[in-house]
Amino acid sequence: MSDARDAGYDDFLDAVEAGEPYYLESPSGNGWLPPREVDPETGERELVEKDLPETGEILTYTITNVAGPSFADDTPYVVAVAEFGPVNVTGQVRGVDHDEVDIGDEVALGVGRNETEDERVVVFEPV
Amino acid sequence: MSVPIAGVGMTPFGKHGELTARQLFAEAALEAFEDAGIGPNDVDEVFYGNFMGEFAEQQGHSGPLAADMAGVTAPSTRIESACASSGAAVRFGVNRVRSGEVDVALVGGAERMTNISTAEGTAALAAAADALWEIKQGITFPGAYSLMAQRYFHEHGGGREDLAAIAVKNHQNAVENDLAQFQRAIDVDDVLEAPTVCSPFGLYDCSPMSDGASAALLVSEEFAEEHGLDPEVAITGTGQSSDRLALADRVSMTSTPAAERAGEAAFSEAGIEPEDVDVAEVHDCFTIAEVLALEALGFYEQGEAISAARNGETTIDGDLPVNLSGGLKAKGHPVGATGGAQISEMTKLLRGDHVNSDAVADAEVGITHNAGGTVASCVVNVLEVVS
Repeated sequence: MSDARDAGYDDFLDAVEAGEPYYLESPSGNGWLPPREVDPETGERELVEKDLPETGEILTYTITNVAGPSFADDTPYVVAVAEFGPVNVTGQVRGVDHDEVDIGDEVALGVGRNETEDERVVVFEPV
Repeated sequence: MSVPIAGVGMTPFGKHGELTARQLFAEAALEAFEDAGIGPNDVDEVFYGNFMGEFAEQQGHSGPLAADMAGVTAPSTRIESACASSGAAVRFGVNRVRSGEVDVALVGGAERMTNISTAEGTAALAAAADALWEIKQGITFPGAYSLMAQRYFHEHGGGREDLAAIAVKNHQNAVENDLAQFQRAIDVDDVLEAPTVCSPFGLYDCSPMSDGASAALLVSEEFAEEHGLDPEVAITGTGQSSDRLALADRVSMTSTPAAERAGEAAFSEAGIEPEDVDVAEVHDCFTIAEVLALEALGFYEQGEAISAARNGETTIDGDLPVNLSGGLKAKGHPVGATGGAQISEMTKLLRGDHVNSDAVADAEVGITHNAGGTVASCVVNVLEVVS
């Protein structure tokens, strides 16, 4: 992996680490994770940063046992999609036994590192 | 407008050792020429599906290469839509013939996957997902579909036993199919007791890594008449649609709107309804994918296809036999070849020269459903007996 930053994505992770996570909202009220130049639902281009709710709810999850080389040393790990107000976020659930993770669990957003490559990942931790 | 299928070809799917994708495609294309009774010089344009050539063979720009290997000098373009690459290639060919600018299109695709490790293949397949919001979080391809399955169980019920019935059905369908990677029957216990890949999926919920190629020759009705061809099967409707790449960006993780739209468009062009379909080949890259496909295409209401295989409704003697080829699950899934292979297998099923044709001897309408990613791409084609 190169050290180059990915605009929008790395900015979002920086904001989470700073305790100021945000999403992009269009005039119609639709929420999106960055980067977005346009609300794909409405075509609106006036997207503004809004505070992301501090806690979210797990919508679905999976325990991954077989991974690609970038996560080979991380297995098993739990990937989940969690709903934070108007946006859904994908990340890894940590700080709880894998068998305990369930749909509906309340989680907080954070940033961690993967073991294999020390790259940043979105992390969900139980509230 | 109806586009006749003059000929089809397909390599066996499985492990081909040192054979490169280019050789595999040549083999499939040459079989299609023989089947059609025309030659490489008759081809006006080539659309070649391939997804992971850069990962597996350090080979991009494979359109001209594939055509050259098949002895074709006509313009050739590689089509990449993840696992829907050759379904999309077929659709490009259909529309070029319909436009009147092309009389003969060679379509299909190839993929070489078993020359790299499972970990490398897993990473290559994951590239069909959103690089920032999914891959960087450790999502694998089985993982993405596992997220859909887990949510499906939560919203609609059902469980691993229901999915296992799909794997059992598709393996059973492949037993006599010499082109299939796994000509081996399995039972529900085999599925449930297999090692877990990504919960809730065990090994048998997942299609394998495969090498293979597929090809079809699409011709204009005028060309067929002038050259004394008498194709028995034609593509009478085609539809394609897209969705957001990341699952999390979608309104629902338990439905596949791209497949719904592609199906509606294809059915509308063909002038058919779901109840007119006699036999279906759908994109069962994972067991849950067959469920989502059957619901998206209107064969079942949402939440109801989960028990279709278990109830015998989609088995070989059911009301709507699904994946008589063995599907991706048992026939194999060389991703860039899969959409074209569905066309090849369905053509034979309808013509009567497939090993499972007798099960659908009166079938006149078949559909193919080919999906890319977690159905951010979908191509549906309607095939009908025309002579």
